[in-house]
Amino acid sequence: MVLNEQDRELIAAIQGGLPLVAKPYAAIAAQLGLTEDEVLARLETLQTAGLIKRMGVVVKHRALGYRANAMVVWDIPADEVERIGALLAGEACVTLCYQRPRRLPAWGYNLFCMIHGRERDSVLRRLEQIVAYHGLERIQHTVLFSGRSFKQRGAHYVETDNLQRRLRRSHG
Amino acid sequence: MDSIDASIVNRLQEGLPVCPRPFDDVAVRLGLSVNELLSRVQRLLDDKVLTRFGPMFNAENMGGALSLCAMQVPANRYEQVTAKVNAFPEVAHNYERDHLLNMWFVIATEHPEQAGAVIRQIEQTTGCQVYDMPKQEEFYIGLKLAV
Repeated sequence: MVLNEQDRELIAAIQGGLPLVAKPYAAIAAQLGLTEDEVLARLETLQTAGLIKRMGVVVKHRALGYRANAMVVWDIPADEVERIGALLAGEACVTLCYQRPRRLPAWGYNLFCMIHGRERDSVLRRLEQIVAYHGLERIQHTVLFSGRSFKQRGAHYVETDNLQRRLRRSHG
Repeated sequence: MDSIDASIVNRLQEGLPVCPRPFDDVAVRLGLSVNELLSRVQRLLDDKVLTRFGPMFNAENMGGALSLCAMQVPANRYEQVTAKVNAFPEVAHNYERDHLLNMWFVIATEHPEQAGAVIRQIEQTTGCQVYDMPKQEEFYIGLKLAV
């Protein structure tokens, strides 16, 4: 689907977050000079088209005590990536699982999954169990724990323009 | 954070309906008034337990691009390079990780062809090579972070 100018204005208005009020879509509609029904209808279209996955919140793992954030990376033969990717994604502690290109010689891993845990030891124990349970001993893997987190925000998809600055100002 | 906050966090992760009063149903289920629910959500946002309430985009379907990038940054220049990388509005988050490739960040651009230009600019301004690893396939995991 192609975004029209009104879609872009709508996305610019909501990508930084909706107002926390009982009727947030009415508030957005008022800012944009639309009716609430128009905003709801357009958002439903954007959801149906798969541009918006859902309206919700993102949890900051660290703030919840999930301080050990491990990126576990695997070097998996091409004909096994699908099967093993699906196995890992099904594990309760795995929060993301992606296939990505290797960058040889600097980087030889092609499957990335994130495991969040309260501490490093428990993450590593859980990983050992996963390897043993699925028979992955012959697949090379390594664990990259995160140190400092320098920037964490949602991605913005519509470039900040005058409209958004105007909206920010109107939020005080 | 009490057990009600934990229920709120778990429930909101699943998403809210697109309807005139999206919080009403959640509030009823949790036995709260809408105002109580909203003030608790506001506190969780203020405490940075939650990021903004809003749309979760699918970058590819938006026509945009997301890529995970890594660099090998000398320890004595780490802070300086961090500042330069984070100054790019396209850099969505940035973690230090314990590997030879020690800086990992995500680049989000509105159009796929912009990612290459951002990467070249980051390489020029930092003097470090960027290893770009865009997602080839996402394995479905669902939402399951129980608080």
